[in-house]
Amino acid sequence: MDKELFTVSVFSENTVGLMSQVTIIFTRRCINIESICASECSIPGVHKWTITAWSTREVMEKVVKQIEKCVDVIRAFLLTDDDIVYQEVALYKVSTALLIDEPHLESIIRTHGARIIDVTREFTVIEKTGHYRETQALFEELKRYDIRQFVRSGRVTVTKSNREYVSEYIEEQKIRAERQKKS
Amino acid sequence: MSEMISGAEGLIKSLLSEGVDMVFGYPGGAIISVYDKLFDYQDKIRHILVRHEQGAIHAAQGYARITGRPGVVIVTSGPGAANVVTGLSDALMDSTPLVVISGQVASAFLGTDAFQETDVVAMTQQITKWAIQIRRPEDIPDAVARAFYIASTGRPGPVVLDIAKDAQIGMMEWQHKTCDYIRSYNPMPHVDSADVLEVAELLNNAKHPLILSGHGVAISNAEEELLQIAQTADIPVAATLLGLSTINSDVPQYKGMLGMHGNIGPNIATNKADVILALGMRFDDRVTGDAKKYALAPKIIHVDIDPSELNKNIKVFKAINADAKSFLSSLALFIKPNKHDEWNKLFEQCDKVEYDEVIMPEVHPNSGKMKMGEVVNAVTKAAGKGAVCVTDVGQNQMFASRYFKYSAPKSFISSGGLGTMGFGLPAAIGASMGAPDRTICLFVGDGGLQMTIQELGTIMEHGAKVKIVLLNNNFLGNVRQWQTLFFHSRYSQTHMLNPDFVALAAAYAIPGEDVTSREDLPAAIDRMLSHDGTYLLNVDIDASDMIFPMIPAGGTVDNIMLNENKKFSL
Repeated sequence: MDKELFTVSVFSENTVGLMSQVTIIFTRRCINIESICASECSIPGVHKWTITAWSTREVMEKVVKQIEKCVDVIRAFLLTDDDIVYQEVALYKVSTALLIDEPHLESIIRTHGARIIDVTREFTVIEKTGHYRETQALFEELKRYDIRQFVRSGRVTVTKSNREYVSEYIEEQKIRAERQKKS
Repeated sequence: MSEMISGAEGLIKSLLSEGVDMVFGYPGGAIISVYDKLFDYQDKIRHILVRHEQGAIHAAQGYARITGRPGVVIVTSGPGAANVVTGLSDALMDSTPLVVISGQVASAFLGTDAFQETDVVAMTQQITKWAIQIRRPEDIPDAVARAFYIASTGRPGPVVLDIAKDAQIGMMEWQHKTCDYIRSYNPMPHVDSADVLEVAELLNNAKHPLILSGHGVAISNAEEELLQIAQTADIPVAATLLGLSTINSDVPQYKGMLGMHGNIGPNIATNKADVILALGMRFDDRVTGDAKKYALAPKIIHVDIDPSELNKNIKVFKAINADAKSFLSSLALFIKPNKHDEWNKLFEQCDKVEYDEVIMPEVHPNSGKMKMGEVVNAVTKAAGKGAVCVTDVGQNQMFASRYFKYSAPKSFISSGGLGTMGFGLPAAIGASMGAPDRTICLFVGDGGLQMTIQELGTIMEHGAKVKIVLLNNNFLGNVRQWQTLFFHSRYSQTHMLNPDFVALAAAYAIPGEDVTSREDLPAAIDRMLSHDGTYLLNVDIDASDMIFPMIPAGGTVDNIMLNENKKFSL
């Protein structure tokens, strides 16, 4: 079966060591994690991580269930690019002299919708947000000149769904707790 | 304000409030404060001092399996914690509730390669249900409450509390804490009545129904519900290895064990059934053989409390995330009386072949050295109702599981998923501690016994009552069998020069005897069973004895070897 790029969205408590517990589920099945990105989300105390990996749906469905089995994981979802709005950020460090000497660079930055976020006498840092192919396209162009450093973040995502499943789940859990207290 | 006590004392008070009255352990530098406090609570908590930490954790597993309550283990940092790793992995695979408390170096030393430091949480995360490090005394009561809740609910499993030395020594204000809710953890899935009705309909209309009863039935105490459904609708029941004793051996609907060395009927029926209800089991490769060709015809309904097991090893017709007992007690209301005489004939036919070709020569041989099957058969007959079968791993395990008769729930304790040699002796000690009134029969090989033989010292000191049946063929028998069948009888490193086991037991003040002839066996078994305490029977077994029937690894469940040269056919 052909592999495709999946996005796994994990919502968890903020527990020390949970990251390795989750990533090793991929390791056990020899799946290379392409990118991983974690931060607190809109729900207080809940952390959201976005993990991308190439695999098959059959395998990834099992991986996601095993992630969700971790006691401190609240929910985990298997998503494809159709389910989500996503973005990545890339930084490109070039020499400032190059920027001044090379007249094409200004139009390259302009056409790619990138922006300059830091300038010193020595170097300039260009920032570009977008999908992989967009940040990669700018990289390919700058590579033809001289690029000192290039780095790209993991993707951050929000779902296209009209329902907020994690918030709903947490509300359900509150009801469960109340019911349990009464009984 | 309540009085200030140390974290170590707080830990013990928290254990007491969880109802703990017995722990298995081994002291050491990083847990010495806890042991110092245990000294003050000796009248409330009995500490079983083992001879190696692996013995402690397997004993706790035996205790947990027979009582249904979490087994508690206390070990020190570094090597102490490292020595329980095998047991943690075993307990996770076999869904056994454990709370393992390990000492840890003081928090200021964490990450510095301090003496006897090892990163216990990192090391055990993948083989526990939950592992956490505690660095402040005030965190102990909450952590203990959560640990017991997590270990014993949902699909049970082992939990590790790694407690830094300063958290044991530091002072705290102890409060009784309980835990019955964790936001991110929902251990009791809701049983959907539509699912129950659908399954009832499928079973009521099935011509060839089959129930596969797994460990989940035992863990959730659903034995009565299972029996009721099986008898009402006359549905054949097959057990997985750890599902043994979820239904008594003499119930007509019980058709035997599944898997590589299971009974022929259940394995053959797997491919001939029209509806299979699989309860609290996980379609392990030793049950399915080639999973791609497993049970293609029947509609499989898989009920398991662990959603990650559903559709994991095989794709099923209907996957139901539920506790076996909750599900079965609802299902029982809708199961209609039925008869399946024609379907039962298949089992009779298979049983006849199995009896003639396999059981008869194994259990009633006329000549030659003794066979494992005949010994197990003689022991189970003499031990009578309610006896417990504990096994080690290998041929002894398969012969014991096949030929022991189960007449009460929670009567079979074995290392199923991990297949840990050395499990048997300490697990039998723990089982005896947990159920001192039951007859605990341990079947163990000469290889496995020597992996944890130091625990004879624990028996000597703490007085466990274990009927040790040593099936001694001076070989690692199961590997030898594979070498015979698949490696041209090249016995690479499977022969063992063994010690005088009876003399060894005697050194630990444990009586025993060598049994070398068939005629002496019954009287020797009687002496073993009537002795009030542990007794060792060192039985001289035919090394060429092989466990059959056998479905070779990766084969299909209807491709069954009856012996070296003959395959099963109806």
